[in-house]
Amino acid sequence: MRLSRREFLGSALAGTAGALFPVPAAGQGAVPRVVVVGGGFAGASCARALRTADPRIAVTLVEPSATFIACPLSNAVLGGLRELSAQQFTYERIAADGVTLARAAATAVEASMRAVTLADGRRLGYDRLVLAPGIDIRWGALPGYDEAAAAHMPHAWRAGEQTLLLRRQLEAMADGGLVVIAAPANPFRCPPGPYERASLIAHYLKTRKPRSKLIVLDAKDAFSKQRLFLQAWSELYPGLLEWVPLSKGGAVTSVDAATRTLVTDFGRHKADVANVIPPQKAGRIAEVAGVADRSGWCPIDPVTFESRLQPGIHVIGDAAIAGAMPKSAFAANSQAKTCAAAVARLVTGAAPSAPKLINTCYSLVAPDYGISVAGVYQPSGGQLAEVPGSGGVSPADAPRATRALEAGLAESWFRTITTEVFG
Amino acid sequence: MRRTLAAAIGATSIAAAVVASAEPPAGAAACSGCHPASTRVTTPVVRLAGRDRAEIVKAMQEFRSGMRASTVMDRIAKGFTDQEIQAIAAWYAAQR
Repeated sequence: MRLSRREFLGSALAGTAGALFPVPAAGQGAVPRVVVVGGGFAGASCARALRTADPRIAVTLVEPSATFIACPLSNAVLGGLRELSAQQFTYERIAADGVTLARAAATAVEASMRAVTLADGRRLGYDRLVLAPGIDIRWGALPGYDEAAAAHMPHAWRAGEQTLLLRRQLEAMADGGLVVIAAPANPFRCPPGPYERASLIAHYLKTRKPRSKLIVLDAKDAFSKQRLFLQAWSELYPGLLEWVPLSKGGAVTSVDAATRTLVTDFGRHKADVANVIPPQKAGRIAEVAGVADRSGWCPIDPVTFESRLQPGIHVIGDAAIAGAMPKSAFAANSQAKTCAAAVARLVTGAAPSAPKLINTCYSLVAPDYGISVAGVYQPSGGQLAEVPGSGGVSPADAPRATRALEAGLAESWFRTITTEVFG
Repeated sequence: MRRTLAAAIGATSIAAAVVASAEPPAGAAACSGCHPASTRVTTPVVRLAGRDRAEIVKAMQEFRSGMRASTVMDRIAKGFTDQEIQAIAAWYAAQR
């Protein structure tokens, strides 16, 4: 995947020649141009890291929203422990670092022409394109669950209005009500997310509506940090939170939004509040650009994150098939910096070096009870694999003081990464 | 090539070489997900930017061996070799 000098020059010339491309002022001459699509943890981190890696690179960040709403800790918003405003960030400081912001959605990619089309009609030429589109919901993949259904049974899997809708429904529910969460099969954004959500909703019910019940209907028999979650649930939320795995009939086969009913092979659950976390795929532009495979996700080279399907296009974050790395904000940030380093080398004709990546994910089981999973990854056999002997979850026998410490670290991590990426 | 070089000349030389270049060595950029590479980023997490190189190396080695109590750092330190730790520590020490 590395470019020879001649190939690089060729593509640079193709990119800057022709009147086809409205070349941005900063992109004139031999300045390498990198376009990053998507302003989440992956894209925003990558745009900034590219400027740090090589200030000569003209970086454009394509993102239609003026405000980014972060998903990590948004489960605390559902449980009334946190306000959505604490999840919101803007792009001003990224622009101040010399990143050009394009406030529009990317609608098309012409890989052969090395150009991206935006919804406002602009065309941006690039030497390298980085796609960080996050996830899209597979509407209709779960029968009965379409965009209209999400107004009754929120997914709240992209933080924002959906998060507030689910919170309002929980607040409006009478004590003694039934809350049902439907968790999807792998892969999906934030593997421990449904279980942290169940925990913090259970905490809300326990403290505010203690006669209520929460059922998690799961399309899987195993999940992230499972032992720690199950142990904490039996300690903190006995009789309140019930997890139904696939083998016990947990897989939801259809939903009826009008009656808030979730159907499994074993029965029907009529919920007072239903949170359907639906099947997902890479954000739409990945499909449009031809970098998503039949799974709906994007195969990549583990050293450069360059697409295995389209040369010159890199995919990072939740949209990528990153081997053993989970779809998390930490992983997205780690991948973004790796990809930025590789791209900075590739645009000058240099060879990228072998990376090492990290993931750390904290989950809150209660406001003062945190657990974590960590991993270290490196390219191996064409994929990102865990470094043998590294990583793992919090100890099962840790005292409550350690759980409290990790709950504090969850907040510390969030403050640090959001400051580093957006501040 | 960098790896071969490291094996040939040893960890101290590679550490010195890394300080000279702005590009973070393997793993360092990932560390900055919790430990910012710049002292300008305010953080409640233990600061590594500008910290003494030997101090970082010692902490990592003790996390890895289990000598030093931790929450996640024991699990993360086990993923890094001595050479990688040396290079990362040298790079962080050089950040301002």
